[in-house]
Amino acid sequence: MYCICGSIRVCEVPSVPAPETMTETVEHLEPQPQARAWRRFARNRSAHVGAVVVGAMVLMALLAGVLAPYGPETPASRFDASLRPVSPPSREHWLGTDGYNYDVLTRVMYGARLSLAAGLVSITLAVVIGATAGALSGYFGGWLDATIMRTIDVALAFPSILIALLVAMALQPGWIAVMIAVGLINVPAFARQVRATVLTVRSTEYVLAARAMGASPWHILRTAVLPAIVNPVVVLGTLGLGSAILEVAGLAFLGIAGDPTEAEWGSMLAKAKDHISASIWPALGPGVAISLTVLGFNLLGDGLRDALDPRMEGGK
Amino acid sequence: MIGFLLRRLAQAALAIVVAVALIFLAIRVLPGNPLLTQFGQHTDPEQMAKIREEQGWNRPLPIQLVDFFWELATTGSLGNSIARSHTSVSEELAQRIPPTIELSIAALLIALPLGVALGVAAAVWRNRWPDFLCTTSSLIGVSVPVFFLGICLKALLTGMPSSNQLPLGTDFQSMTGFVLPEAILRGRFDVFVQGLRHLCLPAIALSSIPLAIVARITRSSMLEVLSADYVRTARAKGGSAWRVVLRHAFPNASVPVANIAGLQVGLLLSGAVLTETVFNWPGLGTYIVQAVQDSDYVVVQGCAFVVAVMFVTMNLLVDVLHLWLDPRLRSP
Repeated sequence: MYCICGSIRVCEVPSVPAPETMTETVEHLEPQPQARAWRRFARNRSAHVGAVVVGAMVLMALLAGVLAPYGPETPASRFDASLRPVSPPSREHWLGTDGYNYDVLTRVMYGARLSLAAGLVSITLAVVIGATAGALSGYFGGWLDATIMRTIDVALAFPSILIALLVAMALQPGWIAVMIAVGLINVPAFARQVRATVLTVRSTEYVLAARAMGASPWHILRTAVLPAIVNPVVVLGTLGLGSAILEVAGLAFLGIAGDPTEAEWGSMLAKAKDHISASIWPALGPGVAISLTVLGFNLLGDGLRDALDPRMEGGK
Repeated sequence: MIGFLLRRLAQAALAIVVAVALIFLAIRVLPGNPLLTQFGQHTDPEQMAKIREEQGWNRPLPIQLVDFFWELATTGSLGNSIARSHTSVSEELAQRIPPTIELSIAALLIALPLGVALGVAAAVWRNRWPDFLCTTSSLIGVSVPVFFLGICLKALLTGMPSSNQLPLGTDFQSMTGFVLPEAILRGRFDVFVQGLRHLCLPAIALSSIPLAIVARITRSSMLEVLSADYVRTARAKGGSAWRVVLRHAFPNASVPVANIAGLQVGLLLSGAVLTETVFNWPGLGTYIVQAVQDSDYVVVQGCAFVVAVMFVTMNLLVDVLHLWLDPRLRSP
């Protein structure tokens, strides 16, 4: 029996309780949400591409010591005294050498370690601070909500890079400052997302029932709110990782990360800029590596969002 | 509507004051001594004490903050730079802001029409090559770092000038900092052409991110509108395909696009910092980066104030534009 609104899923309610065996059959036929999400993810080709790219970058970072043909700070002239800095690709140096006469391919591989690690630490920081602030703000409301949300509004009155530069300046340039800066500029996105989810969950009947039964706020946050915010945070975190890697590289490019000779993609691009009239090769390796990694995280994040968001079911 | 505007204006002013006050206090409370960064560990303590006295850093923080706003309100002064032999920050900013605005407007002039055209084409020819082109270019646009794109453009288009607003030694002294409009007004078309050539590469690099975002939002907004009942009615009445798209669908789809386009100002300012560094553009971005590298607190807080004003004003203008585009919001 269908309702006039035409919504099959909502209105197809049996007038009498279904026998137990029938319910079991229906449960057997209806896949669990996790299984449905996995099925949606498995059908999404661009998400596969993203996962493969991200996986390849992570592997490259982990196995840099094994895969890289040279050491990250071994001058190419040690093996070939005639080799000048900024040389084009050759059989020995597949991506050429940079302004310091280091092998570009080697440094791109080692650079993946620092770039991915800095992005990951930044986003973890943003998740911890943002999710905590968002959850407390959304659940308790009142003056706490007003204070947290107005602070975020003020932070949003500035372009993110200015905040990052200010934080990096206040903490003295270096990798710690870069990671904290990038983490802080990503906090508002997580805080807002988590707050919105918590506001929805807080007014659900099962949370009201738990409160009526005398459950403590901490118990409700842990058992009802936390599971609800996992999916949006995972999606936002994956998408945020891509932008965090971009932001980390941007700050390193501006010379805020400290040692400019370090094997890191942004610092490598900053050095390549000085020799760009001589050759584009030193820039291509790190530039393509950043672009591919960010693209990979974007595709993967989009795929996860489509898979984990039930509203996407049957859509597109 | 006037009430709404006044309320938004008050909120914007409050946001600027609070934001600048927070930055003012944060850079003084957090670790890091600007004088040590500036002059090294072996600076004469007497000299440091003298500079502290000159800058007023010995006084209590709230008094320094009130002084900052009082000076700003009465004389328009944002203080003197510590690193650049006491040059006035306000005067330097007056020279640096116009090139950044010129660059940002040029980037928007590339990004907006192209992004909107790409998004509309993608929605009209859904799942065909324009759609594929729009989706792919959007993804690439948000994934490729603006500074890498700038470096590639510099390397590939070697015939194009890739630094400064004009060639060095040009006999044209810009009074406003806006080279292109000023060249037209003064009848110097040779300077206009030179300025345009210098502006090309940085503007193309800077336009990549807003172009991608505008194209993406236009596509999704158009797709939503094209499946609406009134568009079907317009088609049923026999309107030509393009009339339905441009006259009926696009005006409604343009509301979120206008919103997003306005919000790109923040992104443009962020991108300008990196783009200006690649192209040695004499704008606000390179000034901020230099000040941060020198730990020049006075310049940094002055820049923060100006950026906050630009950003909040732009958001306010977006709200007004939104109100103008969407009549439903005007009803009380």
